[in-house]
Amino acid sequence: MSLRATTSQTIGPYLRIGLEWMVIEDLAPQGVAGERVRIEGRVLDGDGRPVNDAAVEIWQANSHGKYASPEDTQDKPLDPKFRGYGRSLTDNDGNFRFRTIKPGRVPGSEGKLQAPHLAVTIFMRGLLKQLLTRIYFPDEPANADDPVLKLVPAERRPTLLARRKGDGVLEWNVILQGKNETVFFDF
Amino acid sequence: MKSPAPYRRPYFDTQPEYLFPQYASTVRRAPREPLVVLPHTLSEVTAPVFGYGDIKPTDNDLTKQHKGEPQGERIVVSGRALDENGKPIPNMLIEIWQANAAGRYNHVVDQHDAPIDPNFTGGGRCLTDANGNYRFLTIRPGEYPWRNHYNAWRPAHIHFSLFGPALVTRLITQMYFPGDPLLDYDPMYNCVADEKARERLVSVFDWENTLPEYALAYRFDIVLRGREATPMETRR
Ligand SMILES: [Fe+3]
Repeated sequence: MSLRATTSQTIGPYLRIGLEWMVIEDLAPQGVAGERVRIEGRVLDGDGRPVNDAAVEIWQANSHGKYASPEDTQDKPLDPKFRGYGRSLTDNDGNFRFRTIKPGRVPGSEGKLQAPHLAVTIFMRGLLKQLLTRIYFPDEPANADDPVLKLVPAERRPTLLARRKGDGVLEWNVILQGKNETVFFDF
Repeated sequence: MKSPAPYRRPYFDTQPEYLFPQYASTVRRAPREPLVVLPHTLSEVTAPVFGYGDIKPTDNDLTKQHKGEPQGERIVVSGRALDENGKPIPNMLIEIWQANAAGRYNHVVDQHDAPIDPNFTGGGRCLTDANGNYRFLTIRPGEYPWRNHYNAWRPAHIHFSLFGPALVTRLITQMYFPGDPLLDYDPMYNCVADEKARERLVSVFDWENTLPEYALAYRFDIVLRGREATPMETRR
């Protein structure tokens, strides 16, 4: 028998009541292996105004390229202190932030390795279903050969790349509409 | 490692589009450029795992979070989480939030002139059991006005957030109540063309789970996306 998936509905403006208890902006406590990065950014709407009621979630592999999920059957070590999930709720200026580690490479389609990336899920008032996008790392040679980046028109690829802002700090913004609109995936 | 089996794409007219002008906030927030179709890689078929290290077993009772009893009508909301293949989803985190009995959220943004209830915050969570069952005890939420259009009122609803086994099964939805006359006028409820899909957002009165002299009950089953059958599974 085949059922049909429940229809998605907006998170609405009052998401904090349900989701604030599990804000996770620091994913990698001491002892987690890997290169530490801070990721900071803003969510902006079609008028360039900050979105102050968005939930931004990230999902990533550990530094060995292994997801802390039973679906990942790769023979690679887990990091017991690293779940790989983060949740940030935007402030009045649309800011979100994460402290994490740069993930290792994970397999993509047809066994080809993907470049290091974070999967990003975004919910907000005005979205009837989540947006899905990715953050890639700057100065990463593997980006040139990444099977997912290759699906994106070359002129839009920069929207998926974080920019180096300072020592260990990366900037990556979400532009919902218009010039430099972020690439979102149909998943 | 061989490529993981992908998740099934949504059935026609059962999931909303991003741009839906009847819901005014979508106009400046929906993406306008074409979406890029993403094959499901390991990144999309994996998801975080939560457990009793994250929540307390009593987090599913929204009526006992303060010193006193909240105002309003106590209700049991329960159901089952399944995937499209009918398989229950065990040990899954479900988060809910809602307005109080007067239709007011305990939130700075909500300026509706209805009373805050000091004994009701409106947020709860639980894990599904081994068979995908979940259960909350809460207060029946009130309807509330919003500024989408003239005289706009949201039907009574509870917001649900679920993860499931994969990044692509993540779902946020809303549960409605049977017989609510506001459903016909609500752009969110009416965001998909498939009438059956809309009706699945409406809970059913659940006599079996009522608590005598204490609470009525509503049942809301939730279906998350399921995997395409692999050729192996079809043969079996
Ligand atoms: Fe609501």
